[in-house]
Amino acid sequence: MTRASSFMLFACLLPSALAQNIAPDALVKSVTQDVVAIVKQDQDIQAGNQKKAVALVEEKVLPHFNFSRMTALAMGPNWRKATPEQQQQLIEQFRTLLVRTYASALSAYRNQTIEFRPLRPGAAAADDVTVRSEVRQPGGEPVSIDYSMEKSAGGWKVYDVAVGGVSLVTTYRDTFTNEVRASGIDGLIKSLADKNRQLAAKAG
Amino acid sequence: MTRTLRLGLAAIAAIALAGCTTMRSPDPRDPWEGVNRATFEFNDGLDRAVMKPLAEGYRFVTPEPARAAVTNFFSNLADPWIALNQLMQGKVRLAIDDFARFVWNSTIGLGGLIDVASDMGLPKHNEDFGQTLAVWGVDFGPYFVLPLLGPSSVRDATGTAVGAFAYLPWQIPKWADFNHRVTWQWSLSGLDIVQARAGLLDASNLLEEAALDRYAFVRNAYFQRRRFLIHDGDPPPLPADKQSGVLPAVAQQPGASLAEPVPAAASPDQPVRAGQEAEAEAVPPTQTESASTSRIELAAEGRTEPTTEVAPPAMPAVELVDPKVPANYPAVLAADSPRAHAAR
Repeated sequence: MTRASSFMLFACLLPSALAQNIAPDALVKSVTQDVVAIVKQDQDIQAGNQKKAVALVEEKVLPHFNFSRMTALAMGPNWRKATPEQQQQLIEQFRTLLVRTYASALSAYRNQTIEFRPLRPGAAAADDVTVRSEVRQPGGEPVSIDYSMEKSAGGWKVYDVAVGGVSLVTTYRDTFTNEVRASGIDGLIKSLADKNRQLAAKAG
Repeated sequence: MTRTLRLGLAAIAAIALAGCTTMRSPDPRDPWEGVNRATFEFNDGLDRAVMKPLAEGYRFVTPEPARAAVTNFFSNLADPWIALNQLMQGKVRLAIDDFARFVWNSTIGLGGLIDVASDMGLPKHNEDFGQTLAVWGVDFGPYFVLPLLGPSSVRDATGTAVGAFAYLPWQIPKWADFNHRVTWQWSLSGLDIVQARAGLLDASNLLEEAALDRYAFVRNAYFQRRRFLIHDGDPPPLPADKQSGVLPAVAQQPGASLAEPVPAAASPDQPVRAGQEAEAEAVPPTQTESASTSRIELAAEGRTEPTTEVAPPAMPAVELVDPKVPANYPAVLAADSPRAHAAR
């Protein structure tokens, strides 16, 4: 076993309070392992229990995301036109939507395998990296999942996820821009809130 | 057939006219948004009424291993065309790999039912003639939602039409001159469509949940997905895009279009050829375990880590936009309809 790999192993064992010391790829890997281990053992989540899945995401995944940055990126130029209160509401609603979607994705879990690809050269010194992983599934081409991460005081935080080359933030940007143009920032907040209410009602 | 088709077209035209009045934000890449939205709605209605229920029924009555075998079977029939597209894009090594996939899977993989090649270090690739055209320098062209088939562009629709001639579930019964040829063609193609839709059920349900405006969501995802595929999974960073990691979130200028790269800036759509093969080969070698043994492989600098079971906690929603899925069907209808055969 090499030095680097023993470090990774060690890093995975650290409590998340020390998250800031963990390399971004090791962090993504350990969180992924944690979450998957739990989902694999939890019949309720596999059967589509939304509440449990949401709780899992909030506990394990949420702390490693920078939702204000995500929301700002998805808003684009409109972000600066929003008042601080509006910004807070946008972050709140967007986070709720993403957590719920993420939770549903968990219940769709089958027996996939995931590989992590090496960081790009020079990434170690940067404070903004992309952690690239590849999901292999029987009967399909591998799907890439890339995490854009930035270094912050509280450790590395994810600010975008791209699945198969499609970035979450970029995909929402068109919609957000349209909504703001049509009905203003408050209109967008309302749309997001309506959507969340609708999903919550469906989940029961 | 023609009658239904004509009815369908009339319906599309009617909705299209209605759609024009509700045009939203103009996206320079989508000059036909009114018509496209109408087609999108039409496809969506058809999907809800027919395709999704069929796919759900299929998933309900078939056991998981059988579905995997069916998926593998059709995936295998697509590999020769994928290999040919690799070749046309100048990727000789990958062309050989993909052809080898076809050979192994067709023989020891029992006619394609088992994807043995993936376990042999020959992963599945995603190529089509639209991507080949892009590599040859053809621009994306206006966004174009095809009836029945979904998101496309003028370039990609052309690719789809060409690809239809290489769509083996349709062509093999024809070349082999089977008895009941037409029945075979429709049964095989039909099964392929249903199994492909079934594979997307989770993703489309997710999309339903995640999107505020599904049309804009799918359109944007399609642009990103195609660009990603054309560059074989390693697109160059977009100028002024957050992907480049240059711009901190708040530092964006109000006017500096955070907006998508305009299509006119066709350059990001053209792949950089150098290093493409190298990139493809840089992908860590496939593991040799069976699919049931999950393991994680950390390919850091060629070293591997001990294994753990792991799954993707991210959203596969984009898969819905994967052009591979519906790519061949419509063109099959257009280019080589059963009626054309009957007439012969």
